[in-house]
Amino acid sequence: MFKHFEPNKIFSITSKAPRYVLYLLVIVLTIGLIESLLLSPEDYLQSHTVRIMYVHVPAAWLALGIFSSITFLSITGYIFKLKNFFLIAKSLAPSGFIFNIIALVTGSIWGKPTWGTWWAWDARITSMLILALFYLMFLMAWRIYDKKEQVFKITSIITVLGIINVPIIKYSVDWWNTLHQPASINILSKSTIHSSMLVPLLIMTAAFALFSLLIFLMKYNTELIKIKNKGLDRL
Amino acid sequence: MYGRKVKLRFFFVFLIIVTLSLTVFLILKSLEENVIYFKSPSEVKVLSEKQQKKIRIGGMVKTDSISIVNKELSFVITDFKSEINVVYSGLIPNLFEEGKGVVAEGFLKDENFFSATKILAKHDENYMPPEVKAALEEK
Repeated sequence: MFKHFEPNKIFSITSKAPRYVLYLLVIVLTIGLIESLLLSPEDYLQSHTVRIMYVHVPAAWLALGIFSSITFLSITGYIFKLKNFFLIAKSLAPSGFIFNIIALVTGSIWGKPTWGTWWAWDARITSMLILALFYLMFLMAWRIYDKKEQVFKITSIITVLGIINVPIIKYSVDWWNTLHQPASINILSKSTIHSSMLVPLLIMTAAFALFSLLIFLMKYNTELIKIKNKGLDRL
Repeated sequence: MYGRKVKLRFFFVFLIIVTLSLTVFLILKSLEENVIYFKSPSEVKVLSEKQQKKIRIGGMVKTDSISIVNKELSFVITDFKSEINVVYSGLIPNLFEEGKGVVAEGFLKDENFFSATKILAKHDENYMPPEVKAALEEK
């Protein structure tokens, strides 16, 4: 299926889809911002400062999710020799990196009024910084190396090294004493965030995911144009 | 089904991930002292030698323990097992309150006495509107 995929067919989707994704993004983001900045209640302890969460948490989730995805794509791409998977991974990475930076910056802005510091070398924050460095290495590798075979190998190694950090980020707040509080949203047990705050958070997550999808489609479209210009019908 | 090369590459990746995870686990396990951001009062009590270097102590601010004398703030950090008296002068974060989490950075003077150079507030993972909090407290 993937070995014999036709760039032309996929190209017809990736060249048209971004417009509709953009429309949807504008709608969902507008609803999300109104919900989170105006309609949602203030927190009993942090009052309006809590609104930073509606940007911070979705950004962090997407940074982790996208890194997991590019690792999965790189590993399966390596095992089954699917070049296309590497191009999908390459197109996904920039938005993941941007969200990682957003999570770090908003975390810092949130930390000052609540904790009393811009930065703390605790396990959660440091491991998140390490993830940003892995993203940076991944993106730099694509710029530095020209030979496809070479860059596929190097980016695979970077993702395999980086993926070990992902569970560390997730569980750092449970394994060690950290300044960062434990997770509020749990799939298996009851969440410790009130539903009136959870709904805007989920809408904002959907909006950020749509943004990632939009950037991905545009980047991937560029990759396909490059292939077409080289006169290759198949990858 | 899949070729021999595919299976080999699969096990290769699998081995790399297992090996790296174990290595990272062992490194973090041996560095645990440095990975943790703060110690609890109970952990500080059992320190064999008096620490000269800067450490962080974290726990709850004991209820009715905050007092300010001559611009010097003093309070008690507790983990509900042991307690440590803290003195501090300087800026305090907004969320510093009795009964809430706190991390104090500074020097241990003796077993029960800590001189802080920096106070950080640590809040928990509960988020709710004020009305809900009031309703919960009424129960």
